[in-house]
Amino acid sequence: MYPLIVFLPLIAATIAGIITLAGAMSTASGAPHDGHGHHHHGVSTADRVSQLITVGGVVVAFVISIFAFVDIALGGNPVTLSLFTWISSGNFVAPWALRFDTLTCVMLIVVTGVSSMVHIYSIGYMSHDPDKPRFMAYLSLFTFAMLMLITADNLIQLFFGWEGVGLASYLLIGFWYSKPSASAAAIKAFVVNRVGDFGFALGIFAIYVLFDSVQFDVIFGNAEEVAGATLVFLGHEFSALEITCFLLFIGAMGKSAQLGLHTWLPDAMEGPTPVSALIHAATMVTAGVFMIARLSPIFEYAETTLAIITVVGASTAFFAATIGCVQNDIKRVIAYSTCSQLGYMFFACGVSAYSAGVFHLMTHGFFKALLFLGAGSVIHAMSDEQDMRKMGGIYKMVPLTFAVMMIGTLAITGFPGLAGFYSKDLVIESAFAAHSAVGTYAFWAGILAALMTSFYSWRLIFMTFFGTSRADERTMAHVHESPAIMTMPLLFLAIGAIFAGWFAKDWFGGGDYEEMLAFWNGAIFMAEGHLALEHSHHVPGWVKLAPFVAMVSGFVIAVVMYKLVPSLPRQLANSFNGLYRFVLNKWYFDELYDKIFVKPAFYLGYNFWKSGDGALIDGVGPDGVAAACRNIARRFSALQTGFVYHYAFAMLIGIAALVSYTIWKMG
Amino acid sequence: MSDYPILSIVTFLPLVGALFVLLIRGDEANVARNSRWVALWTSGFTFAASLMLWVNFDTTTADFQFVEQADWMPNLNISYHMGVDGISMLFVVLATFLTPICILSAWEAIQKRVKEYMIAFLILETMMIGMFSSLDGLLFYLFFEGVLIPMFIIIGVWGGPRRVYAAFKLFLYTLLGSVLMLVALLAMYFDAGTTDIPTLMAHGFSYEMQLWLWLAFFASFAVKVPMWPVHTWLPDAHVEAPTAGSVILAGVLLKMGGYGFLRFSLPMMPLASETFAPLIFTLSIIAIIYTSLVALAQQDMKKLIAYSSVAHMGIVTIGAFTFNQHGIEGSIFQMLSHGLVASALFLCVGVVYDRMHTREIDAYGGLVHRMPGYAVIFMFFTMASVGLPGTGGFVGEVLALLGAFEANTWVAFFAATGLILGAAYALFLYRRIVFGALTKENLKGILDMSPREWLIFAPLVIIVLWMGIYPVSFLDIMHVSVEHLVNQVETAQAAAAQAAQLAAN
Repeated sequence: MYPLIVFLPLIAATIAGIITLAGAMSTASGAPHDGHGHHHHGVSTADRVSQLITVGGVVVAFVISIFAFVDIALGGNPVTLSLFTWISSGNFVAPWALRFDTLTCVMLIVVTGVSSMVHIYSIGYMSHDPDKPRFMAYLSLFTFAMLMLITADNLIQLFFGWEGVGLASYLLIGFWYSKPSASAAAIKAFVVNRVGDFGFALGIFAIYVLFDSVQFDVIFGNAEEVAGATLVFLGHEFSALEITCFLLFIGAMGKSAQLGLHTWLPDAMEGPTPVSALIHAATMVTAGVFMIARLSPIFEYAETTLAIITVVGASTAFFAATIGCVQNDIKRVIAYSTCSQLGYMFFACGVSAYSAGVFHLMTHGFFKALLFLGAGSVIHAMSDEQDMRKMGGIYKMVPLTFAVMMIGTLAITGFPGLAGFYSKDLVIESAFAAHSAVGTYAFWAGILAALMTSFYSWRLIFMTFFGTSRADERTMAHVHESPAIMTMPLLFLAIGAIFAGWFAKDWFGGGDYEEMLAFWNGAIFMAEGHLALEHSHHVPGWVKLAPFVAMVSGFVIAVVMYKLVPSLPRQLANSFNGLYRFVLNKWYFDELYDKIFVKPAFYLGYNFWKSGDGALIDGVGPDGVAAACRNIARRFSALQTGFVYHYAFAMLIGIAALVSYTIWKMG
Repeated sequence: MSDYPILSIVTFLPLVGALFVLLIRGDEANVARNSRWVALWTSGFTFAASLMLWVNFDTTTADFQFVEQADWMPNLNISYHMGVDGISMLFVVLATFLTPICILSAWEAIQKRVKEYMIAFLILETMMIGMFSSLDGLLFYLFFEGVLIPMFIIIGVWGGPRRVYAAFKLFLYTLLGSVLMLVALLAMYFDAGTTDIPTLMAHGFSYEMQLWLWLAFFASFAVKVPMWPVHTWLPDAHVEAPTAGSVILAGVLLKMGGYGFLRFSLPMMPLASETFAPLIFTLSIIAIIYTSLVALAQQDMKKLIAYSSVAHMGIVTIGAFTFNQHGIEGSIFQMLSHGLVASALFLCVGVVYDRMHTREIDAYGGLVHRMPGYAVIFMFFTMASVGLPGTGGFVGEVLALLGAFEANTWVAFFAATGLILGAAYALFLYRRIVFGALTKENLKGILDMSPREWLIFAPLVIIVLWMGIYPVSFLDIMHVSVEHLVNQVETAQAAAAQAAQLAAN
């Protein structure tokens, strides 16, 4: 029955895809139109069928996932289902197989749960869009790929899911393909992810060279033996697992938008908001964290790489939070928030507190999906406006949306009792309890980021819901609460955002340590001496209090700046103009990359073509020879010219050369 | 089964068809229609016959199968010797599979001299199949060069405005290689007393001789692949060739070089291959990075795909010279999948070219609004070209790169940059053609693909998916032959190393 979890969404996607194509082709074959797309905006039968099938597929998958969770994670019955051989060459064998263990099951709940809600929500959110079946098909395709990723039992299949979600992400970011900005963002997402995949692929090759296999069981079983080995990579002799894990981590950085490879994520907000919630907040972007947790049996033997992960994660948490504080686009604020929260998950893994990282992944999945879908509800209410400077004062008009956004905000800022409180505190405390230089760095970065998280989250609430409205009258007249089909999923996610942390804390290390180990049942590995998680309960009182203080401080600053003294933000921006510009422009990463990668690539391409191929190779080669030939041919104009002649001539030269060779050889 | 000279039937059936086409008489429209149908039926039968090779292929042996040998020049010890093994068999099927697709794609696009066009294609098919199944050096040479004659004619007669330049350029490049290869073949003949390929494989040429022979063959194969810097004929040939010409060029002709390396260079000159592997790696890496960047700057759809072919073939040559099973199987698989994917991309260009008569990228944009079916097909093959797992493009690439990683991590490192650059140019092309608003007036009436065009693409889609999801069907064919080749090369290299050791002591 478990394979159904994975394949129902695929079947649904296929059917919806066929419906899409059939519909599009019958529309397109009509009269030449005005070039502005489609005419009908109602809900057709085809729309309904595609919605029913895709929602049905993923909801059933969710229900089975719950059973799987109870049976496999709680019941302790991990299982691997082999389907058939995929690639085989020599000793290299990659099967199609589905692995269900505790880690998979936790991810199954998050993925199918959030995906179900997003599917349902999309019925309402996309009700004005003419391309409903296509949207639903893409969502289900994404869900399938994500499920392949988390159920993979070998690295190649993981890579299949990895690239599959990349494809779905590309298609969905560029969903509104008439918009040039959407198409550009889609390409950017795919290509930047490919930079990560470049490292990932090399990491997989290194794994194969070391273990003679790409299957998890074989790799994990031999990790300790390989730990001492070395690998020569690019002329240097590295500790084998250090370099391998580092290469794999580059892949994780790309997919999870960590510092340096994060530039695609904010642009990905070009996609419809449900996409941002599902892919670019709750699931796909956490794949990097999942991958590291999955491969914890080898990462545990790569101390240096773990330290790098900690530093990168902590820096991302801090860096993205600074940008989140000054953005004005509601979705971009949440996007940078996601980037920042992913940083938390990474540095948790970096200090070997994998279950804390996965815990935050899980709670974040709920409250961040909630925030995004809530933001979607706001955007919907505001007639597609995304700029918070043109919002304000609508909380009474959209009470339910407002309520769930408040819950999401409380959860992300770590308000005691809500989901984020348990997971974020555990992550921060683990970093402290690592008692290492990088752990301490991560701790302080985490505290500062928590302060900023609280600030930008409340800033968003104040700018969007409170104060006097800055929207025009027409927009305000249209402000309305979203229909039930959109608010129901919000309520479900809100329940998750409230209770998920409290409910699951013992499984993820927030409570009894032994209970946590029993829950994971070996799906996550922590080497001896890696005690950050265990020691996280015994940190000094001020460490436990610090995230709370940070949260309150962020709230107070937000209240002061956006409620009590509304002129303050402008004044601050003016007096620290340089810093403000720097942060507002996202630390100038895009400009930098454009200068050092994008522009030079096109410049080189053009010049290789014109100067290299054109002037140099052709000039000296065929064109030069041709010119010389024409010269000769003109002189021997009595001879007939043509291909046949040339050919015969070639043969002649050949024979002449051959004769010379033979003579030389014999002589 | 083995009583029938099945390989000869497959090889020469198209020639028989060509003869029938030649006999067609009547008014122009009739001749055109009958020529098309005869060519289609002939190539269809040939394909069906070639499937018999696959069905009856024995995957447990590395020996040549369906072998036929007949006296040709007995006093010179040269015979008509045909046969296939796990390396060549699938190329034969690739050629027979693509030919009917080519004929279908030219159904409406070619309106003048249809009869001659079909004859040229059928002759071309015989030459291609013969080339892949020759087991005699001289026979191979005849087919290998013979392929070019119909190709010259196809480009030169039915090509675009600069067709003469393109054909001439192709000719000049090939000239150099052909001459040297002929010389090398004759030198081998004088050394081994035969041009029989299996015999030559076992002959064991001296190291010095291997070096010269290798360079001579390299000159010919590198042009065909094409490797940087002898690749500049390809973009011009593609741009000027009619769609079907491009399909055969990308689908089969480019594979002649890679196949040649595996059939001649590796087994007959293993030591020289080892010596020159760094040269191959370097040129291939340059090809991958350089031509990917050049592809990024292209304004012409066909040129862009042509340059991307050079980059993809860089992976092929790297894989071949890793001398390990993963690399070589990856190399062969990449050739097969590229043969289908690049062909499909050229067919995609053909679809819009037939409608708008321009290949200028800027002349398009927003096609998805009018051609949703086309958008899906083009997207599928773009992703296959990018090497998305689940399509054929992935398997070859990952195996070849894995082999490269085992051989030399530097090579894998630089070659893997193709992952990034390939995505950049392919998606950039797709975006400019298909996405965006439909603003150009002349595109507003453009029609989506016809049933005939769907019929062309459907089998390609199915096979590319098949290669991506269950590549074992194809890899199983190669295993034993590739293993044998790897052993052959390794044994020779080990023996040479031992001899060197002894000499040093």
